[in-house]
Amino acid sequence: MPIPDLGILLFLGLCGLIVGSAFMVVTSPNLVHSAVSLLFTFFGIAAIYIYLYADFIAATQVVVYVGGILVLIIFGVMLTNKIENATITSKTHNQIPGALFSGILLLLQFYAIFNTKWLVNDNPEKSSTVMDIGELLLGKYLLPFEVVSILLLSALIGAAMLSRKKVD
Amino acid sequence: MTSALDYLIELLAFTGLDHSILVVLAIHIPALAIFLVMVVNATIAVYVERKVAAFMQDRLGPMEVGLFGFKGGRRFWGGIGQTIADAIKLLTKEDIVPDNADKKLMLLAPFIIFIGAFLTFIAVPFSENLVVSDFNVGIFYIIAMSSVGVIGIILAGWSSNNKWSLYGAMRAAAQIVSYEIPIGLTLLLVVIVAGSLNLGDIVQWQADNRWFIIHSPFTFVAFFIYFISVVAETNRTPFDIPEAESELVAGWMTEYSGFKWAIFFLSEYANMLIVSIVASVVFLGGWLSPLAILNIGIPESWMILDGPILGFFWVMLKALFLVFVMMWFRWTFPRLRVDQLMYLCWKVFIPFCLANLFFVSIWELISGTIFR
Repeated sequence: MPIPDLGILLFLGLCGLIVGSAFMVVTSPNLVHSAVSLLFTFFGIAAIYIYLYADFIAATQVVVYVGGILVLIIFGVMLTNKIENATITSKTHNQIPGALFSGILLLLQFYAIFNTKWLVNDNPEKSSTVMDIGELLLGKYLLPFEVVSILLLSALIGAAMLSRKKVD
Repeated sequence: MTSALDYLIELLAFTGLDHSILVVLAIHIPALAIFLVMVVNATIAVYVERKVAAFMQDRLGPMEVGLFGFKGGRRFWGGIGQTIADAIKLLTKEDIVPDNADKKLMLLAPFIIFIGAFLTFIAVPFSENLVVSDFNVGIFYIIAMSSVGVIGIILAGWSSNNKWSLYGAMRAAAQIVSYEIPIGLTLLLVVIVAGSLNLGDIVQWQADNRWFIIHSPFTFVAFFIYFISVVAETNRTPFDIPEAESELVAGWMTEYSGFKWAIFFLSEYANMLIVSIVASVVFLGGWLSPLAILNIGIPESWMILDGPILGFFWVMLKALFLVFVMMWFRWTFPRLRVDQLMYLCWKVFIPFCLANLFFVSIWELISGTIFR
């Protein structure tokens, strides 16, 4: 029996993990369980980045999504009053239009996947990507970078303004 | 630096197995080694912590359980078997799960915390070339993986269905998420100066120039901010408000017992070791010999006690000293209030870190143009 390539096996396992946990996020009747399933989805996606030799992006994915956003989500869900009693509707409505629409979307995606000219790097260098990212961010893409940072800053100030107590 | 994993794969190549199988086999060896390091570290650290605590309070500490028949005999080494007895007790203890607890999550939570500590060890260098996998983004990877544990803490607190646990978990989450910022900023300072995220490059920079703690006034301040922040992030006294035993019973681990609680402890002591090793590698020269910076007329070849084995010795010496300082803190400082904790982080450390970042950039520009 020929031994299958380890990389492909791992990749398939990761895809299974991502799809399975994402499915759990959507279908689980318990909101906290959904949030925990999201943890595995985020980790799987970070691993996919490693397949693309994007080590920095993978670590950023874990820092931002697992260490930041997921903690925030779990925090928010935990502090929701009477979360145990909340009934989350998992009925299905409009099955036929829904199936049609998602079928069309699936076909479109397949079309896009098989007709895009993917950039395949046959000889991936194992060098660090951090320097390239830094130089691009502070060189070629300086303006978008600054615009995004101002947007984030205004979002921060806005959140602080909304949550502070009103003093008359 | 080369990583231990690559070396192991080369070493095992004589078996003539397929490369895929070889990788799978080779992964298990460092994994087992990391697990053993965690277990041995926790066993020794608990014993030393009790002895240090006893020493600070002028009592004897564990004295009864001896291994080699000197029960109650020697004055200081009497209770050397105590933690082994404790470990056996913990592993054979009944696993109690509250009726209304979320049983699945309660089982999952300790393992998430454990995995957070375990995955961090992959990038932690114990010596030059003695690292499981040498990442290009090593220091960033360590920051990333140490932020995973907080999810386990929150889940442990929530799933226990106990108000003390939930309070503890909320405090822990707020504390850890806040103190990650000064940790990240102080490490960023070092990255700016060294120009690399790779821990090997950072130590090489220190070998070429000088240790980061004495490099400039700003990196000197950064070391202390880093160290105090990691004490807070590992939930040690004086920052142990998530498990403040006089207020919250045991915080987020109130409902845990037996094996799961043992895993919490294993991870806590592993995290202490990790942050101490990172501090010693990033700020204190890692595997560089401290003797080399003392220029006292002895031939230089005597002073540079480098090399893989001595490198391990120096890293561990520096790291274990920092672990000892953490234990020292525990019996020296009273616990902070929640608001004082947040004040310290957001109004003291973060402004200082940002100013530090600004000034260290200027310092590097000036010293780069004038002194070099």
